[in-house]
Amino acid sequence: MAIRVINEKCKGCEICVKKCPQGAITMENKLAVIGPACNVCNQCLEPKFCPFGAFEKVVEEGVAGVDISQYKDVWVFAEQRDGKLMNVSLELLGEGKKLADDIGCKVCAILCGENVDSLVSELYEYGADIVYYASAPELKTYNPDSYTKVIYQAVLKYKPDVVLFGATHVGRDLGPNVAVRAETGLTADCTQLDIDPSDKKLMQTRPAFGGNLMATIVCPKHRPQMSTVRPGVMSKLERQANRKGERIDLEVSFAPGDIRMEVVEIVKAVKEIVSLTDAEVIVSGGAGLGSADGFGLIKQLADKLGGVVGASRACVDAGWIDHSHQVGQTGTTVKPKLYIACGISGAIQHLAGMQSSDYIVAINKSDVAPIFEVADYGIVGDLFKVVPAIIDALD
Amino acid sequence: MKIFVLVKQVPDTNEVTIDPVTGTLIREGVPSILNPDDANALEEALALKDKHPGTTVDVVSMGPPQATYMLRECLAMGADGAYLLSSRAFGGADTCATSTTLAAGVKKMGDYDIIFAGRQAIDGDTAQVGPQTAQRLGIPSVSYVQKVREVKDKTVVVERALEDGFEVVEVQKPCVLTAIKELNTPRYMTIKQIEDAYKAEITVWDEKALNVDTKTVGLIASPTQVMKSFTPPPKGAGEMLHGTIPEMAATLVAKLTEKHVL
Repeated sequence: MAIRVINEKCKGCEICVKKCPQGAITMENKLAVIGPACNVCNQCLEPKFCPFGAFEKVVEEGVAGVDISQYKDVWVFAEQRDGKLMNVSLELLGEGKKLADDIGCKVCAILCGENVDSLVSELYEYGADIVYYASAPELKTYNPDSYTKVIYQAVLKYKPDVVLFGATHVGRDLGPNVAVRAETGLTADCTQLDIDPSDKKLMQTRPAFGGNLMATIVCPKHRPQMSTVRPGVMSKLERQANRKGERIDLEVSFAPGDIRMEVVEIVKAVKEIVSLTDAEVIVSGGAGLGSADGFGLIKQLADKLGGVVGASRACVDAGWIDHSHQVGQTGTTVKPKLYIACGISGAIQHLAGMQSSDYIVAINKSDVAPIFEVADYGIVGDLFKVVPAIIDALD
Repeated sequence: MKIFVLVKQVPDTNEVTIDPVTGTLIREGVPSILNPDDANALEEALALKDKHPGTTVDVVSMGPPQATYMLRECLAMGADGAYLLSSRAFGGADTCATSTTLAAGVKKMGDYDIIFAGRQAIDGDTAQVGPQTAQRLGIPSVSYVQKVREVKDKTVVVERALEDGFEVVEVQKPCVLTAIKELNTPRYMTIKQIEDAYKAEITVWDEKALNVDTKTVGLIASPTQVMKSFTPPPKGAGEMLHGTIPEMAATLVAKLTEKHVL
C-alpha cells in the first residue's frame, strides 16, 4: 500500500482505528496496521489525524504512463441537445481558458452532432480557439458508442493535455467510456480546477465521501487528464460577437458493430423544469416545513423575489416536492446571488451544494443548526412567522 | 437467462459526521451497507428472475473480506450465487483499475445476458465503474436506467433518465445496465432466506484465481491519485439578527438592499 505506518512513532493509542474513513486500520501487537480497505485517501497524513505523525506516504513505482510531453491544449466537450449548447459547456470554456492561459496553450471545443455548424461560431464567441467538429447522422443525439468512438479517435490523433466534460447525464456517461478507452484517469464532479504551470499537473478538487470530505485528485503519468465538472460551478466568459477561431473537421466513419444501441425515442418531462443553476435567487424549504403544503409559503417568497423554489433532500425523500428542486450533493449545485434556507438544518450534503452562494440567509428554529455556520444572516425563529414578515417588509 | 449484478459494500455516508474539534470524520458506529443504487440493480435482476423462470442471478463484488456480510444480504434477497474478488493487490484502486478487476471476475464467472450495476456508490459518487467495466468487456452499456421495458431475444429496451425527461434505448445483449433509485423498490429479506444465506458458500477469488497481472490492478494501475483530502472549510461566521420577528425581517431586507442583493 502507499500508506505506511512508521512503527517507531506509533504509540498504539488506537485513535486512528476509529478515525480512518475506510475503517482500514487495525491493531496488531499494539501497532497500527493498514489493511486492504485503504484507498489512500490521505486523511491519516493530516496533522490532526495522528497525534504522533505515525503515517507516511510511500511512493511506489506504478505502471509506466505515457510520454506526457506530446500532449497539449485544453479541450472542452461541447455538449449539444436538440442543436442547443448546454450551459455547462460554455462555463467549461471559461474555466478552460483560465487553465490554458496558466500553461500557455489553446482552449478547444470538441463538438459532435448532425449539421450543427452554427454552434461552431457560438463556441468561438464563448472563447474556443479551435473547434474540432464531427458531423454525422449517428451523432445527432448522444449515443455512448458513436460519441466514444469519435472522441477517443480525436484524442488519439490530437493528444489534448486536458479534457473537460459537464457532469450531466451525458458527460458522466461519456467521460468514463472515453477514459477507459484511452487508459487514463477521470475525476468526477469536480468543483474546482487548478493547474500547476511547472508540470501542467491538473489539480481536480471534488467532494468525496458523500460531501463529508473534499479531495484533490491528480493524474500525473497519464494523458489526457480528464474531469467532469458540475454545472453551475464555473463561470462562462462574456460572449464576444464575431470572435473567430479555427475549425477542424473530424473524419467520421462507423463500421458494422460499432454502434450497438439505438435511441428509439426522447421523451421530455411534462413536469415544470426548474432551472436552479441559472437562478439568481433561490428560496429553499427543508424538513421544518412539516408537510408539502409548506412549499406554498416558500413559493410566495420566491415569487416576490423573482426567484425559484429549492428543497432539501429530506423534503424530496418525503415526497413533498419533485427531485428537480433538490439542492445538494445528490441534487443540484447552486450559487445564486441570494440563497434563503427556510427550516433546513444544513446537513453537510446540503451545504456542499449551496455554500458558494453569494449571500446566504438562514431561518431556523434551532440556534445550533449547522446552516447558521455558512449563513451571512441568520434568524432564529418559526419560519411560518418569519417568512410572512419578510414578505411584508419587502412591500 | 443469466444475470450478473455488480455490488459494493459502502459506509452509510448519511450517518457520517465531522468531529467539530479535530475536523476529522467520525466513522465509529457508521454501519456498512449494500450501496443503495446496487440494491436497485439487484432488485431489477430478481424481478426479471421472477418473470422469466430458469433465470439465475449472481452477485459479484470487489472488496475486503468483510464484504461477505453484504454479499450474504444479497443472497438473502434472492441471489443464487455470490463472488468476492478480494486481495491486497486489488486495494487502493481507482475506477479505471477497479473495472479491470471486475471485468476479470465477470469473465471467469462465465456467460451472461445482462449485467446490472448501481449507477454510483455513495462513498465515491463517480458513476464510472459500470460503463468502464462494460468497455473492458467489450459490450455496450446504458447508464441511469429508470425502467426496463422489455427483454427481447437479442436486445433489451430500457428508459434512460435525462435531466429533463428520459430516452428510450434499445441495446444489444449482452450489456451493462446501471440502475438509479427510480427503477424500483428493493425487496425485503425473509427469515428463511437469511438463514439459508448464512449457510451459503461465497466464492472468493484473488489475483491468482483471476489470472491477472498484479501490475494491471489496484493502486499501482490507477492513473489517478489523491493528492490531499480535507474537510471543507466552513464559510466565515455570519451575523445573527436580533429583535422581534418584524424587526429582524426589516433588518434583513435593509441589509440585503444595502449590499445590492435586492
